[in-house]
Amino acid sequence: MTTEPISTQPQRKVRNFALLSNRAGAAFMLPAGLLVSVFVIVPFFWVIFVSFTNRTLIGKTALNPDFVGLGNYLALFDPATFFQRGQFGFSLILTTQFVLMSALVGQALLGLLLAWLIQTVPPWIKRITETFVIAAWILPEVVIGFAWFAFLDRDAGTLNMLLTGLGLPPGDFLLQQPFWVIVVFNTWRGAAFSMMLFNSAFSSIPPSYFQAADVAGASSWQKFRDIGLPLIRGHIVTDLILITMWTFNTFTPFLLTNGGPSYRTELVSIYNYRVAFQDFQFGKGAAVGVIMMLINLAFALIYLRLGRKKAPKS
Amino acid sequence: MKNRMCAFALGLIGASAVAVPAFAVDLDITCRCVIGGVNSATAEWLEEQVIPAFEAANPDINVTLNQFGGEDAQLTQQLALDFSTGAGPDISAFDGFLIPAFAEGGQLKSLDDLIGEDYANWEGWDHISPGIRSIMSYDGETYGIGLGTDVRMIFVRKDLLEQAGIPADWQPTSWDDVLDAARKLKEAGVEAPLQLNAGVAMGEATTMQGYWMALLGTGEGVTDENGKFIVESQGILDVLNLYKTIYVDEGLGDQRAQLLADGRNRSFANFRDGKTAMLVEGDWFYRSVTAPGSEFEVADRGNVMSWVKMPAEEPGSAIRGQDFVSISGGTGFVINPNTDAPMEAWKLLSFMMSKEQMTAFQDYQPGIRSRSDVPIPNNPFLTETSQTLLPLTTARPNDPNYNAVSQEIQRMTEAVVSGELSPEEAMAQYKAAVTAIVGEENTVSLL
Repeated sequence: MTTEPISTQPQRKVRNFALLSNRAGAAFMLPAGLLVSVFVIVPFFWVIFVSFTNRTLIGKTALNPDFVGLGNYLALFDPATFFQRGQFGFSLILTTQFVLMSALVGQALLGLLLAWLIQTVPPWIKRITETFVIAAWILPEVVIGFAWFAFLDRDAGTLNMLLTGLGLPPGDFLLQQPFWVIVVFNTWRGAAFSMMLFNSAFSSIPPSYFQAADVAGASSWQKFRDIGLPLIRGHIVTDLILITMWTFNTFTPFLLTNGGPSYRTELVSIYNYRVAFQDFQFGKGAAVGVIMMLINLAFALIYLRLGRKKAPKS
Repeated sequence: MKNRMCAFALGLIGASAVAVPAFAVDLDITCRCVIGGVNSATAEWLEEQVIPAFEAANPDINVTLNQFGGEDAQLTQQLALDFSTGAGPDISAFDGFLIPAFAEGGQLKSLDDLIGEDYANWEGWDHISPGIRSIMSYDGETYGIGLGTDVRMIFVRKDLLEQAGIPADWQPTSWDDVLDAARKLKEAGVEAPLQLNAGVAMGEATTMQGYWMALLGTGEGVTDENGKFIVESQGILDVLNLYKTIYVDEGLGDQRAQLLADGRNRSFANFRDGKTAMLVEGDWFYRSVTAPGSEFEVADRGNVMSWVKMPAEEPGSAIRGQDFVSISGGTGFVINPNTDAPMEAWKLLSFMMSKEQMTAFQDYQPGIRSRSDVPIPNNPFLTETSQTLLPLTTARPNDPNYNAVSQEIQRMTEAVVSGELSPEEAMAQYKAAVTAIVGEENTVSLL
């Protein structure tokens, strides 16, 4: 927001108030800059380089990889195999469905609903709800993964014990419905962020708007549709883009299903892991990584563009 | 490069810290062995026998055993990453079929390069046959010392066979015999009578105990006599149709056990609990998995458990015109190519594999050892299986691409047993994947 290039003169004046000279500032920046370049920028270009080779972890091409040009990318997008189970295209489509169902529908809707509902309840219920929802969000992934695995197990799982206790037939969820398992899991896991964001957005709406609506006899749904939603539209867009990016990159479902059975839950992040670290094909894995980086870059650009558009208005 | 710098810096710190008091050396040894868990006997032998004896003889060397409790494939993954970054244990248990891929990738150094004269002059080589030595070798170089070899067969539950009216001296002579027995057992109430490993989760156990054992019965191998990978053949289709019959069409096996992450243990539990009556496995299953005191101990094993030879698809249709098949592999121990103390590591490795320690191992787990001067224990099971099956057995190709192809085999079987793909479709995917790995010139179609 402060990077507008037009006003150079006032900027120079502002700089005079700086505590440090440019040189000292640069010296202080240097360690951080070095760290960033060693751990972020160099690997970034290294991955791009490796993606043009057939490097593997073990075998002949580990020590003497060949330059294969766009070979890895062409193989990933080979129309003959693109949509086959266990191939890149299948994984990409699966990830899109996963993002749509678990992030855009699941997390955002559930978060919005929870945020709206806890506006009107007594404070202690609000606090308890928030605690539980946020706990699901901040607990370590391995703990959560194991807990869900134990919950859903067919033979000794808590869920099946509850179902049989109620006289309902038990299910083999992790094998029969693996996709819906990870959708529900990710919704449960990530709804907290949307809830908190919408909660603070709703809180920023002046109470007088709602009081006026109450006087006019508006129902809760009408208040939500005509006052709440329009006033938090900006927040909704921000939320959707952020959770889309996070869900696109998430790896936690691996802890539940290992990407299986038969690739039915192999999201692109898991596909990337399998190619690079289970099949040991570093070149192809790097190519998948580069494509994922590009997709993330696109999301980030949209996000930044929206952020800039909003800034001048406010 | 970065790792070398790190190792150098750490080495300096380490050296300056220990240089003054004594020249003590720490050695780490890793195996997929856990006391009270998988391969318990190996862990007990190392912890109770080898390490105390070695430390007593070498007071300046400290040895630590890392008990790795994960799956074989996970240990492979760990070692591949460790050995290529200069990390990892000094000595590790190692499956022989991975030697070519690791050697070509620079993750292992031959003992000749790493140790030199001490290795060449080791007394043990006079007592290890060239065949056993080749299990841990590639391209004329030796990379480790083998513990022994194994053979594969069908383990059966005699009590369940009897229940289904199958005679006690039953020996199937074709796949149809096996399937008929499975159908009878199923009718007699045995839930999942037959276990032929499939799927990705079981890793090499799928390829060895499942796919190979069936494929050899069709007269084919994974590669042809020129070392080219067979990507299309009637044999592959027959094997995939056998899987389909067992797991999809007739429900003669536990389909879930092939798909779940811990499916192999589930298949062992099925056998222990009498839900499975025929299970194709290596003699490891007898020596370690179902041994008294282990997790999958079969109650009253002497009377309940027996074994039969794995038959060919039809009598005489197997590889080399045989009626029955088996396949052998072997495990052993290798030295980390980046170890700080190669000589001490060799000292420990050769000590482990000495006649004295190997003989002591027989008390923990009787087996046929790599050393010919270690007496074979008086164990009818071992004597019978080795005499019957070693003449029939086959070995896997000693090829650096074998591991990658084996993973594609596991995927092909999983696609079929999960019901996702027909055998023809699965074979077409296998062909595409293997061609991408080894190049079209190294493949051959037999259709």
